[in-house]
Amino acid sequence: MDNDIKINIKDLNLFIGNKHILKNINISIPNKKLTVILGPSGCGKTTLLKTLNRLTDLYPEVKVKGNIFIDNEDILHTNKNITEIRKNMGLLSQQPYPLPMNIFRNVTYGLRISGRRNRKILKNRVEHYLKQVNLWDEVKDRLKDSASQLSIGQQQRLCLARGLAVDPEIILADEPTSALDPISSQTIENEFLTFNGNYTIIVVTHSLRQAKRIADYVIFMYLGEVIEQNSADEFFNNPKEEKTKEYLKGIFN
Amino acid sequence: MKITLISRNSKDKFHFTWMTICLIIILFLPLLLGIGLYLKSKLLLDSTSVFDILFSKEWSPIEGKFGMLPFINSSLWVTIIAILIAGPICLFSAIHLTQYAKKSFLNFMHPIIDILSGIPSVVYGVWGILIIVPLVSKYIGPFFGKETTGYSILSGSIVLAVMITPFILNILIDIFQTIPKELQEASLSLGATKWQTIKKVILKKALPGIISAITLGISRAFGETMAVMMVVGNVTKLKYGVFQPGYPLPALIANNYGEMMSIPMYDSALMFAAFILFAIVLLFNFASRLLIIKYEREIK
Amino acid sequence: MRHLKIKQFEESFFRVIMFLSTLLIVLTLFLIIFTILYKGLPSLSWEMISQVPKGGFYFGKEGGILNAIIGSLYLSFGATIIAMIISLPVALFINIHLVKRKKLVNAIRFILDLLWGVPSIVYGAFGFAVMIYFGLRTSLLAGMITLTFLIIPIMIRSMDEVLKTIPIGLMEASLSLGSTRSETAYKIFFKQSLPGIITAILLSFGRAIGDAASVLFTTGYTDNIPTSISQPAATLPLSIFFQLTSPIPEVQNRAYASAIVLTFIILLISISSRFLFNKFNKHNIKS
Repeated sequence: MDNDIKINIKDLNLFIGNKHILKNINISIPNKKLTVILGPSGCGKTTLLKTLNRLTDLYPEVKVKGNIFIDNEDILHTNKNITEIRKNMGLLSQQPYPLPMNIFRNVTYGLRISGRRNRKILKNRVEHYLKQVNLWDEVKDRLKDSASQLSIGQQQRLCLARGLAVDPEIILADEPTSALDPISSQTIENEFLTFNGNYTIIVVTHSLRQAKRIADYVIFMYLGEVIEQNSADEFFNNPKEEKTKEYLKGIFN
Repeated sequence: MKITLISRNSKDKFHFTWMTICLIIILFLPLLLGIGLYLKSKLLLDSTSVFDILFSKEWSPIEGKFGMLPFINSSLWVTIIAILIAGPICLFSAIHLTQYAKKSFLNFMHPIIDILSGIPSVVYGVWGILIIVPLVSKYIGPFFGKETTGYSILSGSIVLAVMITPFILNILIDIFQTIPKELQEASLSLGATKWQTIKKVILKKALPGIISAITLGISRAFGETMAVMMVVGNVTKLKYGVFQPGYPLPALIANNYGEMMSIPMYDSALMFAAFILFAIVLLFNFASRLLIIKYEREIK
Repeated sequence: MRHLKIKQFEESFFRVIMFLSTLLIVLTLFLIIFTILYKGLPSLSWEMISQVPKGGFYFGKEGGILNAIIGSLYLSFGATIIAMIISLPVALFINIHLVKRKKLVNAIRFILDLLWGVPSIVYGAFGFAVMIYFGLRTSLLAGMITLTFLIIPIMIRSMDEVLKTIPIGLMEASLSLGSTRSETAYKIFFKQSLPGIITAILLSFGRAIGDAASVLFTTGYTDNIPTSISQPAATLPLSIFFQLTSPIPEVQNRAYASAIVLTFIILLISISSRFLFNKFNKHNIKS
């Protein structure tokens, strides 16, 4: 297999009850690049993202068929512990969900549950990751405050720091800026751009402009199918499929 | 690192096992209750037919006669009158609180309802003896030209009505609040007055909910023990009437627990009384819960 | 025109009736509290709540109801703790591990609601039967077990009502950070719903301390303060009940005073649960 491919999805089909939500998905996601999954709302892109770390296990009546290879390990049919697989993928959801504890503990949560409790190291890590998401200056004096007291934008950055702190290789982001004000959105976007090259980032969005700003690679979905996948350059400047052309022109949304 | 993961997974397994065990215990509890009470009442059921127990008037443990009709009758009377008093008051109050009153007034009522539902049965009983029993014997009884000690079916019903009021009111308020605002707005914009809207739209929509609230109230009232026992007189008489004393099933069980060990059949008979209570309450609960679930589905 | 007037009259008439119904409910509460205070306060004394019954207590002589107060507290604490050990795991389990099994969870909730409705006298009779079966005598332990059965459905359903309002996104966040399901349960969901869980526990405690019918057969009665769970114990509701059946006015008056003590404990629990709810409610999720 190609060394530059991190995730390889083969013949993935997903049903909720009788509804066929994802249809014959075959995609390859490049290693340490920023991939955008683009498409109008309701096309299954969020479901696809949640299938990647098997959060679909939580929803009633969901059936998944096919293979998802991450580093050649099929995570849908593996003996490996699901907790380990998930830990390797940080999740940034549409809305920030701060854990019910203070800011410091939010960042160190992942480290603490896996048994790292050295106070000094933890302190170091907190500063490091909060700086990485540009939150350190705003919260360094109130690390003992409940995380829910932060603004939504700050919470989202905290959630990013919290995810980075468990040292994942992949970051999954589900419309991470849709609930945020423009300034916080920009901060998050900028952070994605600076991380690029260190992590495999997958961002779900329905904003064409956002995709243009950040994407290295684009997967375009429509009604549960993948219509086109290509490097961002090719995708935006030289689309191959008719549907893609229409979408880029803004004919449907 | 590896070691902590293994220990974390075994912890997870441990919790999972414990949670499953607890859940299974709980789910088998109703079955356990039913079977336990049935086995205990089997001694009586083997010697007397169920029909004879339920529909015979003769209660004489020493002679081995265990007719429960008087007790069942008392229970029914106390419960029905209590519902007739509490039902309309709760319904009126719930409409007032959800449709007419200000939000702040509803917020004022919530702690009042909470406190009313928190007051223990025995305290209601004490209050019943102090206020309701004299009220019935000195005023209500003479008003209807009846002589009564006050320890009567009516006193039991009134105390019971007060006790189930917070319970029914809470459910009714919830039910009226789940009716979508749009439905009222639609009716109002068609030119109906507020009162017409309440009568024709809201009450109609809420009817299944109201019925199940009342049914839940009935099953609550049916099993209530201490407060009723303290004011109802606890005498079985052949004469019936609201100003006569009564002897409901729960009071029968509670009053005789001390002596029941000496006569084996007696013990069995009281357990059968508990079994009847359990079965009836379960049935009413079952029906009304199903109705509520259906109601909620329709509203959505 | 006349038709309209009748209509308006009808509405006004019912509005008055509805208002009076609400007023009646409020007044009843105040009447209850006033009656209990009026009758009980004169007999309420420090001696009454700090002493156990002495010789001749039930004939109006010296002593107090400390045995019943302590007995009730022991009994309710014990039952609440046992119920907690069982209820919390179940409530977490159905909201986290069974999140995918909607139908099963609804069935479980249905059964719990049925159990909630079972009268306490039935639990009492059942507890008595179980007690006899195992050859136990009336004791604190037997009472605790019976009370535990009574309050478990209340506790689980109250906890469950709080837990089910937590958005699934929090579970996704927790699992994505590498938590196991039980870590998500006890470290995240438990903390997130702590105020509600405390309220649920206090509610159950209040229910346990006020209930008489379920412990009537199982706990027994004694004038002493129990020193082990195998001894019988007095409870406040039963002590009120027994004093009230006495024909001696002094003893009856003490029953009213005991009712004040019981009501006061219940009100204290209710108020403190509100206070604690506000105090611990700091991790709310914005949306």
